[in-house]
Amino acid sequence: MTDNFALYRIMLLIRRFEERLLAEFSTGKLVGTTHAYIGQEANAAGIFSVTDAQDVIFSNHRCHGHFLAYGASSPQGSDPYRLAAELMGKATGLVGGRGGSQHIHWRNFYSNGIQGGILPVATGMALAEKVKKSGQIALAFLGDGTLGEGVLYESLNIASLWNLPILFVVENNRYAQTTPIELAVSGTIAGRFTAFGIPTLERDTSDVLEIQAAALEAVGSVRRNGRPFGLILHTNRFSAHSKGDDTRSAAEIARIREKDPLLIHAPRLTDAERARAESEIAAIIEDAFAQATADPFPKMKDER
Amino acid sequence: MKVKSFVIHLSSFIYSPMPTVLESLNQALHHALLTDERVYLLGEDILDPYGGAFKVTRGLSAKFPERVLTTPISEAAIVGVASGMALRSLRPVVEIMFGDFVTLIADQLVNHATKFRWMYNDMVRVPLVVRTPMGGGRGYGPTHSQSLEKMFLGVPGLRVVAPNTLGDPGQLLANAIAEDDPVLFIEHKLLYTRPLLQASQGDLTDFEIQQCGETYPTYVLRISNLESSNLTLATYGYNFELVCQAALELLMEREIFCEIVLFSQLSPFDIAPLLDSLRRTRRLLTVEEGGLTLGWGAEILARLAESGIQANMRRVAALDLPIANSRPLEDAILPSVEKIVDAALALHGT
Ligand SMILES: Cc1ncc(C[n+]2csc(CCOP(=O)(O)OP(=O)(O)O)c2C)c(N)n1
Ligand SMILES: [Mg+2]
Repeated sequence: MTDNFALYRIMLLIRRFEERLLAEFSTGKLVGTTHAYIGQEANAAGIFSVTDAQDVIFSNHRCHGHFLAYGASSPQGSDPYRLAAELMGKATGLVGGRGGSQHIHWRNFYSNGIQGGILPVATGMALAEKVKKSGQIALAFLGDGTLGEGVLYESLNIASLWNLPILFVVENNRYAQTTPIELAVSGTIAGRFTAFGIPTLERDTSDVLEIQAAALEAVGSVRRNGRPFGLILHTNRFSAHSKGDDTRSAAEIARIREKDPLLIHAPRLTDAERARAESEIAAIIEDAFAQATADPFPKMKDER
Repeated sequence: MKVKSFVIHLSSFIYSPMPTVLESLNQALHHALLTDERVYLLGEDILDPYGGAFKVTRGLSAKFPERVLTTPISEAAIVGVASGMALRSLRPVVEIMFGDFVTLIADQLVNHATKFRWMYNDMVRVPLVVRTPMGGGRGYGPTHSQSLEKMFLGVPGLRVVAPNTLGDPGQLLANAIAEDDPVLFIEHKLLYTRPLLQASQGDLTDFEIQQCGETYPTYVLRISNLESSNLTLATYGYNFELVCQAALELLMEREIFCEIVLFSQLSPFDIAPLLDSLRRTRRLLTVEEGGLTLGWGAEILARLAESGIQANMRRVAALDLPIANSRPLEDAILPSVEKIVDAALALHGT
């Protein structure tokens, strides 16, 4: 378990990293696309404060926050620099510039940019950990929009049928790109898991402590019972889906911004602690991006 | 190019003490499960006593109940699960009941299993084998008779392999299972009951065989003691049988001397043995059971054209139509000995 300062620091790291990234994009220093985790930081911070460093993580297109929180929870420490380098397409990036924003791998963390496709893969990883008796569990992340992908339900069925230790984390920010959940998801999210005999826990909060408590229960259930579990987190995406593609009204964005996980958690820290977190993170981000900017681009090493 | 030579007796097509392709594959799976604890089988209806729709997995679940997993009808998830297992250092072998269903696993193969190693900068391996029966000739109709492998040729990171009766299908499968990267293993349905060919003493109709490559060999068959041949027939899988019959007919009735180039690995592939043969014959006919347009033969011809070789080339393939259920229609759509002979004669301008 992580203390209040550490939780704040991880959320701040994610926030400042993503802000810097969007700034770099807007000045044309970065090409391609990115999906900012701003507004959802408490989910990653809470969840990765209760996982084991050896657990196997499969994340989706919106993976920077997951990765930074995963890294911060690992004994090796987080690696915002390697992530920044990857986003800049540098040889020193997490995967040498081959993957970019949505396709990263580091230790037991994997991500891919195909909605839903990662879910059976994560399910297979859980099966591998089970038969190897490693005691590790798998975690897979998906958004509300990804509830539309059929392969999710094949995966839930198999995970339940075969008693696989996997936690499905649904981050419901109520939008899939521009499509509101009302136009994409029938029934309930929990009902989808219940249909397969998979228990769920549902939270509508941006308070990292509440999320941490829910994650502790969810992760504990998977580990204890060797069975799948669905953790449903209703959340808010403050930024555009990727870069400039926000179709929501200013009023709506202002309303959701009131549920800022940093503001909710901040009163639990002293002014001095908050100032320390800000200056530490500012330095880390500055170093990460400066170093990544200076790094070389990769060379082709394929034969064909 | 590593080359081995041996001689084979063509009459072994008919009477044979040799194991069938099915027995060979089944034995290979037994052996893989027995010798490597990381090997798992996943597929629909693969448990005994049924043992799979084509019985390739018969007897395996009884011996290895923990590692032979019968699955729901969820092709995409089965392949996804298997690639997750492979990423975490197991060696899964998936059976897709009919090759027609590979459309359902396309995303898992193209955007996941075959991407991971390269996309993650060579930091992971995905030792995954997907086996599946393709092909017609059994009256299964439009959705259970296709040869869809052409859709997966050229996918980066994917090896596409097809056994035949000349090589050792079981060994080919064992090699695929030993591979650290994904392999799509195409088994033509009509091969299952065929005995493996047996190398034996030669006579007039004997072919001399060169084997190029060890793991997934390409075979070059030439009529023994013959100075010059004047047509190369290139093929893979079950169609090798049709090609052999056509070659014999062309030899006996038309005095057209054929070389046969038989591929075991379709993608990626080495053109060298075929190019070599074509330098002797200057005429090429490719024979495949997939649809003609933008198929395997098209890429072979393109590569040869790029090599600069001067040659007359044609393709025999299925018509660009669904495969009909009714026998005469199915026959009209798929390649046949007659179509191969006709195309060969056309190449010769007769
Ligand atoms: C199979 C597939 N279809 C479409 C897309 C394009 N796409 C990327 S993210 C996204 C929206 C996903 O929404 P959701 O699952 O709610 O996640 P969020 O972006 O809200 O985190 C879409 C449509 C994709 N990457 N993969
Ligand atoms: Mg969403």
